[in-house]
Amino acid sequence: MRFVTEFRDAELVRGVIDEIRRTVTRPWVLMEICGGQTHAIMRYGLDQLLPPEIELVHGPGCPVCVTPLEQIDRALAIAARPEVIFCSFGDMLRVPGSQHDLFSMRARGAQVRVVYSPLDAVKLAQENPDKQVVFFAIGFETTAPPNVMSVLQAQALGLKNYSVLVSHVRVPPAMHAILGAPGNRVQGFLAAGHVCTVMGYHEYPPIAQQYGVPVAVTGFEPLDLAQGILLTVRMLEKGQVEVQNAYPRAVTYEGNRAAQAIIHKVLQPIDRNWRGIGLIPQSGWGLRPEFSDFDAEKRFDVGHIQTQESPVCIAGQILQGFKKPNQCPAFGTTCKPEHPLGAPMVSAEGACSAFYRYGR
Amino acid sequence: MCLGIPGKIIEIYDNLGLRMAKIDFDGVVREACLETLPEAKVGDYTIIHAGFALNILSEEDALANLALLREMAALGAAEDESEDQPSEDTSPEAE
Repeated sequence: MRFVTEFRDAELVRGVIDEIRRTVTRPWVLMEICGGQTHAIMRYGLDQLLPPEIELVHGPGCPVCVTPLEQIDRALAIAARPEVIFCSFGDMLRVPGSQHDLFSMRARGAQVRVVYSPLDAVKLAQENPDKQVVFFAIGFETTAPPNVMSVLQAQALGLKNYSVLVSHVRVPPAMHAILGAPGNRVQGFLAAGHVCTVMGYHEYPPIAQQYGVPVAVTGFEPLDLAQGILLTVRMLEKGQVEVQNAYPRAVTYEGNRAAQAIIHKVLQPIDRNWRGIGLIPQSGWGLRPEFSDFDAEKRFDVGHIQTQESPVCIAGQILQGFKKPNQCPAFGTTCKPEHPLGAPMVSAEGACSAFYRYGR
Repeated sequence: MCLGIPGKIIEIYDNLGLRMAKIDFDGVVREACLETLPEAKVGDYTIIHAGFALNILSEEDALANLALLREMAALGAAEDESEDQPSEDTSPEAE
């Protein structure tokens, strides 16, 4: 497959890992932000091929994991209404709310649908004029353009029965929160390649400079990941604080301007709670006032719902890179993918699920 | 959610005012929206997220990157061999 198989060339990956081994002289802690990268690293065993000096800690880039509990409980409250068809990306269905999850709501008769594209939810709204169709618009910068396009399309079609429950988050404020936290261990970042396809990487040099931490924009194939690690280790060893691009075939400095314009037309920065981490100022996106007619929180009056986390789950410490999933007493015992206590065990991008699946 | 695989744009058309495309993922054809990628044209490779094309993959950059890595790996291997020959000083565990 074009642009894929070449970047899974095992011999070349070994060559890059050898170069990392030749480059490294002392221990370094790197964080891959994106949970998709965490899974790819473990699927290809890159963590086990790296020299022992390099420790990878796994970042908060799992949208399902960081969607706050109160937002999930709001989703559940909306989905429970008889007039609602509640649409979501599939990963979200098994994430535990404080009482239950969307899957069990569906088992009890709620109309909960998995959609591949937010435009599928708009189509459902067109086909079901007597129903209220609500889409759970979660994710980082990568899913923001599709999610907001659904709002623009619903507006263009004059649909009055479509709304979105927005829980959007952004990477740069999370990097600030991680690097500024007392006890931070992260010395270099692998920036999430597909977030950067949309946003570019012009937001990262000020962060790198402020905290003295190099950043490599990194893709998702094993060769991309090995190259991202190599560039970061090289910068660390030389004392360079820069942002370099290890994913040039997909990412430009400016990013996708058309996609950014669509995002900013519909969304504005707001404070956002991150599950397990807490409030990060200006870390999320919410609907601009002129799109408040499409705001499911207002339409169904669920903004007041507040909640409490499970005291056992240490997801917050895992998402900030303080602990590894296998350091949690519940890991693999009371918390498994079939019965998750926290979201990182559910998601195909969660660090706990990666550790469980690949036997770390 | 941020994972996405590259596919080739094989047809572009309009559907309810949206610019849409058929994308060939190595034989599997799916629909995606091109509203976020106005410059896309038939024959381009793109990565799809949640039903939307978000970037055009640059073949030139991909090939240049691969060439650079191959060269680096070959140079490194040659260096390792020449280092191995005069002395076999330490195994990694001995440090």
